[in-house]
Amino acid sequence: MAADLSPIWLSIETSITATVITFALGTALAVWRANKHGAGPALLDGIFLLPLVLPPTVVGFILLLIFGRNGPLGRLLLHFGASVVFSWPATVIAAAVVSFPLMYLSVRASLEQVDANLLQAARTLGATEWRVFRHVALPLAWPGILAGTILAFARALGEFGATLMLAGSIPGKTETIPIAIYFAVEANEMRQAIFWSAIDIAISLAMIICMYYWTQLQGSAQMRVRRG
Amino acid sequence: MALEVRFTKQLRSFTLAPDFSCDAEPLAVLGPSGAGKSMTLRCIAGLERPDEGSIRLNGKTLFDSKAGINVPARQRGVGLLFQNYALFPHLTVIENVAFGAQHMPRGEREARARKQIADVHLEGLEHRLPRELSGGEQQRAALARALAIEPQALLLDEPLSALDTYLRSKIEQQLITTLGQFRKPALYVTHNIEEAYRISAKLVVLAKGKVVANGVRDEVFRDPPNLEVALLTGLKNFSRAHPANAGSIEALDWKCVLHSASTRQGNAAYVGIRAHHIGFAFEKSERSATNRFPCWLVRVSETPFHATLYLHLHEPPQIEGHYHLQAEVTKEQWSGFRNQPQPWFAILPPEALLVLSE
Repeated sequence: MAADLSPIWLSIETSITATVITFALGTALAVWRANKHGAGPALLDGIFLLPLVLPPTVVGFILLLIFGRNGPLGRLLLHFGASVVFSWPATVIAAAVVSFPLMYLSVRASLEQVDANLLQAARTLGATEWRVFRHVALPLAWPGILAGTILAFARALGEFGATLMLAGSIPGKTETIPIAIYFAVEANEMRQAIFWSAIDIAISLAMIICMYYWTQLQGSAQMRVRRG
Repeated sequence: MALEVRFTKQLRSFTLAPDFSCDAEPLAVLGPSGAGKSMTLRCIAGLERPDEGSIRLNGKTLFDSKAGINVPARQRGVGLLFQNYALFPHLTVIENVAFGAQHMPRGEREARARKQIADVHLEGLEHRLPRELSGGEQQRAALARALAIEPQALLLDEPLSALDTYLRSKIEQQLITTLGQFRKPALYVTHNIEEAYRISAKLVVLAKGKVVANGVRDEVFRDPPNLEVALLTGLKNFSRAHPANAGSIEALDWKCVLHSASTRQGNAAYVGIRAHHIGFAFEKSERSATNRFPCWLVRVSETPFHATLYLHLHEPPQIEGHYHLQAEVTKEQWSGFRNQPQPWFAILPPEALLVLSE
């Protein structure tokens, strides 16, 4: 059996970090976009959703061009003596970019589903725009946002193509579970591949079950409090 | 204390141009669906922006296109009761009612919300969610929420339309009481003629975005200036007309000359009569009344306490279903004369005729 369990921790750390980033960025941009109309924002939408439709290798290649030695961001980082390519942050960047569209889409869809009358009612009751968002829009859109978070996490956990392009496969550093599976199969170590696959399935299932029970629990706790 | 509304706003199919004012008592705004009633309220509340004009409340300018003033909704102090109530589904009744009092200390906020809830008789339901309330309770919770901000004006958008008829009259009475105690400008928007009449002694009639009648409700109902207002106030019978000899009008569609008590015959374009003003006689020899015409019953439509009779004048109907007048009588009257031999005689009393300009 595998002596080195580092792909598990790497995968989890990478996915959680990437999900935190996409949650903040995806929610912020979706909220910003909800109040903007016109051609500019619509074009931005296209760019935001591109990672969803492009092959992950293309996303990885573009990231490589951006963060590489001669890329705009790569050069800037090099200036400060840092290099992203083939390092752990590269796995996070790849996972975040690829899972971002799922988060962004879910938040936008669930915000758009909130009855506009409720937001306007809040305004007539003297609420500032922040309060309208924090106390009306956000709680009502929350189930959808949560679903988006689960999707984004799952996508980050399964990320392979872009990660391989940008971060490579360095054991203990950038070798996440999907990459470990690929190289295990390539080396014809089937038991190893099955082991990693089982771990991956277990993590995903556990994640979904936890989220499910958490929302259920939260819902019924609210009801209990309210019924006094 | 007054709310003065005078603005224009281009909508898809017409220009909304309300022009009226409302002092410290309720004003009913009557109009058919799509007349711009809700949009008018939304403009006053600050949820929509008019193109031009001004909105003033107690001397304070809420909107003025020339001066570039457009006070945001949250600072207008205008309570709006939404047609579907728009209660926050994730908050309890007391949280909904207290939503507008965020600036207050917690204890005071809760005490005030409890008082508002008691005022609309919802004690004991403070910790329910909106979906756990009946339609009438939701409506009262929404009313309590709108009143909790101590608004300087109250706008009600078809507050009873989402309720079933069974509840409606009871809730309506409570609403009239609440409005009576409000003593500040209140607009009550409805498409229901009778509701508008009961709610307020003053009436604004809105059609295609414009004020077509504005005044004391009894006058508007008794003597509508033109056909549009007459129809909006529930007129069922009308005929094209033009002035005939002194004191009479020729009704073209009804093919008869009518004596009229109106002083407006000179510019009569239409003549009309309300369905319950039509009288009946049954003997040829019966003491001849003015405006008395033979008629045949085309069909009858009955409700529990009334009957609507569709009548053809002068001769039996030649075309299936064609009729000139509809008359409304009580069930007692109907059972009294339903077996009389036809023709009957319809009497259109001169003082009940509505002489209408173009």
